[in-house]
Amino acid sequence: MIRLGVPSKGRLMEQTFDWFADRGVRLSRSGSDREYAGRVEGAEDVSLVLLSAGEIPRELRAGRIELGVTGTDLVREKLAGWRSDIIELAGMGFGHADLILAVPECWRDCDTLDDLTSIARDFRATHGFRLRIATKYHRLVRAWLASHEVADYQLVDSQGATEGTVANQTAEAIADITSSGETLRANNLKILSEEPILRSQATLFANRAATGPELDRFLSLLGVNA
Amino acid sequence: MTSKRDKQVLGQKLLAAFRDAGAVEIAPDILLPAESLLDLYGEDIRARAYVTADPIRGEMMLRPDFTVPVVQAHMENGAEPARYCYLGEVFRKQDMGDTRPENPRDNEYLQAGFELFSREAGADAEIFALFHRLLASYGARSETGDMGLLRDAVRGLPLPDPRRDALLHHIWRPLRFQRLLARFSTPAMARDFPEPRANWSGLRSESEMVTRIARLRADAATAPLPAIWSERLERLFAVRGPAPEALAALRELASDWSGIAPAVERIETRFAAIANAGIDPAQVVFDASHGRTTMEYYDGFTFSFLAGHPDWPPLATGGRYDALTAVLGKGRAIPAVGGIIRPGLLAELEAT
Repeated sequence: MIRLGVPSKGRLMEQTFDWFADRGVRLSRSGSDREYAGRVEGAEDVSLVLLSAGEIPRELRAGRIELGVTGTDLVREKLAGWRSDIIELAGMGFGHADLILAVPECWRDCDTLDDLTSIARDFRATHGFRLRIATKYHRLVRAWLASHEVADYQLVDSQGATEGTVANQTAEAIADITSSGETLRANNLKILSEEPILRSQATLFANRAATGPELDRFLSLLGVNA
Repeated sequence: MTSKRDKQVLGQKLLAAFRDAGAVEIAPDILLPAESLLDLYGEDIRARAYVTADPIRGEMMLRPDFTVPVVQAHMENGAEPARYCYLGEVFRKQDMGDTRPENPRDNEYLQAGFELFSREAGADAEIFALFHRLLASYGARSETGDMGLLRDAVRGLPLPDPRRDALLHHIWRPLRFQRLLARFSTPAMARDFPEPRANWSGLRSESEMVTRIARLRADAATAPLPAIWSERLERLFAVRGPAPEALAALRELASDWSGIAPAVERIETRFAAIANAGIDPAQVVFDASHGRTTMEYYDGFTFSFLAGHPDWPPLATGGRYDALTAVLGKGRAIPAVGGIIRPGLLAELEAT
């Protein structure tokens, strides 16, 4: 039995259902809207597990599901050494979002990461503490800043409403996922001109240990190369 | 696999040797307040150290190294000169990238250390000779460097203060240093600072920005640094070899670059003292870039002892960290040099 983990609600769930439907596999929620049980039509020995998108990486690594749909950002942030346990099978063409660094729009002197580095140094000297970057993507952001040799900053945890932290003076900059940039603009933030820290999209992943004829059959039905 | 007990025994032997060398043993806490470590090392330490929470004391860190607690203890109640030694576990996590390493590094291991707080000349050679004596029978190779040499080289560049300070600040970050140097070596580009569409927000004040913009405008009028200087720096960073050869190369560089002459003299004096201690300088590597990427708080002499195994961490590392004592000393400062040996690695060597 192949257990397929899919986000349990919202647009991400609908688009995932559409993606599978385009490939001849009909996924649906059984029963009422509130019930997290699912049905699979058009494929043998596949069961649907509806999960919060944020839990899918963990469930995949633990082997409680063989296949899962989630964002590349979540896998890379939550699973250190993820490639050792998980295979990235196919980008699904939706759920696009970039992990970016943004600073206050009013900072006329800040367009690049070099600017932010220099501002962070001044800020630390002036305020006696390191410039704060609010994010929930601690590992990705820290690794990226380390690879660019940025110093004089600190990360502060923000699990939601990250764009508001600058106006609330709990952070000077933010690192967050954005698709259109609208929320950033509404909060008077601008994106640094660097390439994003990560370009993420909804992606079909498999647990490495689950590979075998059964999984191959399902994947070839979907037209996905393992 | 060498047992923890064997490693302990070896650590105790090192500790006894440190005591014989005049050190007083101290035993810093294992759980340290995270704040001063985070302020000192920044986010990098968060990726490497275990952080835990205490309901009353706040964020605590499992001891990632001894230097900070030893310096703090000395600055609070130590008399000078002082020699300290210690033995205990440090804890380091390894945040692997995309792939899990096949042989993860130990996340807890022993360090036996010796720290010397002293204004006496010859402290560098004393500690190097002590470590050399303890490690000679393990066939360890030694490599040394001197961050003071690099700092003097940068200080002596014909640059306005803001440019010089920026280079000095990033001397431990080679990529960023190189980017700045390249920028300072080409004509500056005038830059626009368009009026913002948004109101001011955040803790950084408008006057901080105005100050920086004024600095950037002044900088745009600065003539580029003549190419000879980045060439000299490049030659200096590349100096590496057995100490006598490296010193000859440094002397040659210093002959038409007076800014580094005093530092070169200091290094010569140090190697003379090392030779006096019975160590052949030809067996010691001097690498001008030693310690540039891994040892941020060292600002003078640096050293490491390496085993024959290329994938092993050094058996021992150390160096001078005068500036750190000033940062932690709340206004007081004292020259300090120290180092650690990893008894666990020595025990592995003995077992094979």
